[in-house]
Parts: sequence; structure tokens; C-alpha cells
Amino acid sequence: MSRTRWAVRELGPPLAGIGGLIGLWAILAALTDTASIPSPAQAWGAFADGVRDGSIPDSVAKTLVRLAFSFVVAVVVGIALGVLLALREFPRRAIRPIVVALQVTPFVAWVPLAVIWFGTTERAVVFVAIVGAFPSMTLATIQAFRQVPPLLERAGRTLGADGWELYRSVIVPAAMPGIMAGLQQSWGFAWKALMAGELIVSAANAIGLGHLLAEPGADVAELLGILGVIVAIGVAVDYLVFNQLDRRIRRRRGLLIEG
Amino acid sequence: MSATADPSGALVTDRAQATPKLSLRDLVVTRRQASGRVVTAADRISFDVARGEFVCLLGPSGCGKTSILNVIAGLDAPSSGQALVDGSPIEGPGPGRAVLFQEPALFPWLSVVGNVELALKLIGIPPDERHERARSWLANVHLDRFADTQPHELSAGMRQRAALARALACDPDVLLGDEPFGALDAQARELLQDEVQRVWVESRGAKTFLFVTHNVREAVLLADRVLVMSAAPGRLLEEVRIHAERPRALDDALVSRVVSEIHQLLMVEVNKGVADEMGR
Repeated sequence: MSRTRWAVRELGPPLAGIGGLIGLWAILAALTDTASIPSPAQAWGAFADGVRDGSIPDSVAKTLVRLAFSFVVAVVVGIALGVLLALREFPRRAIRPIVVALQVTPFVAWVPLAVIWFGTTERAVVFVAIVGAFPSMTLATIQAFRQVPPLLERAGRTLGADGWELYRSVIVPAAMPGIMAGLQQSWGFAWKALMAGELIVSAANAIGLGHLLAEPGADVAELLGILGVIVAIGVAVDYLVFNQLDRRIRRRRGLLIEG
Repeated sequence: MSATADPSGALVTDRAQATPKLSLRDLVVTRRQASGRVVTAADRISFDVARGEFVCLLGPSGCGKTSILNVIAGLDAPSSGQALVDGSPIEGPGPGRAVLFQEPALFPWLSVVGNVELALKLIGIPPDERHERARSWLANVHLDRFADTQPHELSAGMRQRAALARALACDPDVLLGDEPFGALDAQARELLQDEVQRVWVESRGAKTFLFVTHNVREAVLLADRVLVMSAAPGRLLEEVRIHAERPRALDDALVSRVVSEIHQLLMVEVNKGVADEMGR
């Protein structure tokens, strides 16, 4: 298949969807008053202004650093706890329900506590993002390990793998698709929780995409421009990083149904 | 665990003649069903397998033959009785006793050659030798052209051949087969039976094969000795020695006579099992 045909097949449908959405928006903007629904062009203009005056690039940079930090901590903590809970029955029965409770608790509910504990600081925001993201990583890890086919484990043992070697050579690789799914989900939660945290925990002079949304006096065009950046980052990371990794792992194992 | 670790070669041969390679003494295996009920899978099984022998354990499905094999593989513990390899109790699985499972059990994240390389790594072959050796094991089962493909891209028969290559790469004293050809179509099964026969003959008495099957023709085709089991709970009913020349063919007069003898014996057992399942 040629590169252009690949690009059309791969990117055609999502681009058509986005185009349709912007078209609808333009029609809606034309029919209503500009103050509540500005046109796509006005939102683009506000975005371009934000880029020119540096407020959007600075915010994106700050936010991405926080995101990377929160996500790495959530993943490390989440996987470590998940492995422990997958391997040991007592802690699993004791702690898993608590993790499930954290998982179903809306992360925004942590914001007031975070502010009391850490003040209206960056630490409070990062705390909310970590608490929002790690439970799904832990639960996915437990699930991933428990779904390793017993046959593969037995095959590994008859080949002479035991203890640590069995984990390294058989169980961890066998659990990879499940762990991958956990990473992708956890990334989504980290991103959402971070935005909620930044939006609500807004100290004066705080820099970040969520903080920009909370800026007093921002008009709808500016808000839509920022929202566009938030959506674009979310989609880009999900598609370019996690989706590609996931597909690679699945294709290799014959788990991907193409088309 | 295995006698090959013994540094003095002469002693090993002496002992090998005295001690059977595998030995079961009043082995009882129970199994807990999902409902929590404990059933006896195999009941007081005793038999020996000599070094270099090819034995098939034959019986109707559900007679506990797989349970016995799992104990010998070291994957499950017996409820009572003993399972010995070279005269010592089996304490766990190990590459000295390789297993061909009903399904190929290849690792899907590794290529075909990668699967064999992993087996070589686990028995301590240095990294720079693994690839060449893995390829030659694959060539041995005529899969060298498919070394770099992923297991899911192979046919069922080729996957099981790759599993055979991986099992042999461990250089096991004992090869255990848990109905490894059961899920294959007729052509693939014949091919694999030929490969297994050939590998065993080429080992010239160094390798002991114990295969479990419910297929009478397969048992007679492969084995020196067929142990016929009863319907559940499995007991040993009969021992049949097969003296036909190798390589054997199914249309061999002796082979087909033995097949029909064992068939008659088994039909009685199968009918018992069916009557049992239907509640008499």
C-alpha cells in the first residue's frame, strides 16, 4: 500500500469527523450571537493571540511537566501496588476494595482536601492528578496478571523457569497487553484530574492550561481556543503514544483484527 | 535432580540398568471440581518406564491419564503414592522432563525461533550460541523457513511442531506428551507422529517418551508398550507390548491386529463410562 493511500485510509475518517464538527460549529455560530458562540475563526484568532503573547506555550510547558511527573508517579505506584496485590492474596483482599473505592470516587472530590493539606500550590494539583490516575493502573495490573493463561505459566515452568525468572520470561510479557490498557486508561485519568486540579486550585500568577481557563475576564473565544489545546494534547498523546504501542503489541501476538 | 549431572559416566549406566527412568508407586491423584467436590482422577497407579522406552498411556477421556502426566511433569502433586524419576521423588517441573501440551503453548510475544531461544536460555546456553542452535532445532522439524514468523501466523500443525522443537531444545531425558496431536487434522497428525517416532528412534535409547492419548491407532503406532486404563476413576487394566518394526505404518498387519484387540477392550470401558454419565 502506498503512503498516501495509507494516510487516507488511516486519517480520513477522523479528519472527516473533526471537519464535520467544525462545520456544525460554524453554522451554529452564524445562527447565534457572537458573545456566547464565536465562530471557529474567532476562536482560532484568540488561540493565535495566546500563542503570540506566550501565555499558551508557557502554560502548555508547565502543564506538561506536571502531567509527566504525576503520570510517572501514578504508574510506578500503581504498577508496584498492582503487582503486590496480584501476587499475595491477603493484601489483595484487604486493599483491593480500597483501591476500587478510590477509583470510583470522582477525583474532583479530592481538591478541597488537597488545598487544606498543601495549600493552593502546585503540589495540591499534582496530588489530585496522582490520586486520580493510580487506582486504574493498579486495578489494570491486577487484572493483567490474573489473566495470564495458566497454560503459558505451566509451559514456562516445564522449560525450567521458576521464581523471578518465570516472571521475567513468561508472566510479565504475558501480562503486557493488560498493562498497556492500564497505561492508556491511567493517562486519560491523569490528564482529566490534572485539568480539574489546575482549574480549581488557581492561585494568583499560577501558570498552566487549567489555570488559563479559570482566568477572570476570559471571553468565550479565548476559552474555546484553550479548550482546543487541551483536547488536542489529550488526543495526540492517546493516539500517537498509547494507541500505537497497544497496536504494536497486539499485532505481534495476532490479537489485532485489522480494518 | 537428574542423573546426567553425575560426573562418573560408568556409574550412571550401571544405575540406569537397575533403576527405571520413571516409576509410579500406588499413585492416587484427586482433583477438586469447580463445585468443590473432590473426585479421584487416578486410582493406585503403579508402573515403570525404562530408560529409552516409548510408552503410551491409553484410556477413555476423563480417565485421569492427563492428571498422571501432570504429576510426572512436576506440575501437580499426587494425593498419595510416589512418582519417581531416576529413583528420586519428583519435586517440581524442570527441563529434564519436557512437556508437549494439548495446545502448543508457544509464547505469543516471541517469534518461533525466539520461543526456542528462550528454552535454550533457560537451560543456560550462552547468548551467542542460542540463535544458531535454535535454528537447527527448527530445521530438525522442518520449520527453519518459518523461524522469524510469529506463532499465530503458523498452522496448528506447524505450531505443534515448533513446540516439539522447543521441547527438544531443552535436551530432556524424558519427553511427556499430553495428547499433543489431539487437536490436529489428520494430515498434520500423521506428520507429527512421524516426526516424534523419528526423533525417538534417532535418540537411540537416550530419551524416554511417555505419551497420553485416547487414540488407539496412535498409541500402537508410537509405543513399545501401551498401558490401557479404565474409565474414571482410572486404574490400569492391561499392558500390551508392541513388537512391530519401526518405522511403523498403520496398515502393517501386526499393528492393525493389535489396534482392533485394544479397541474391543476399550469399548467395554467407554460404554461403562457412558452408562455412568447417563446415570446408568
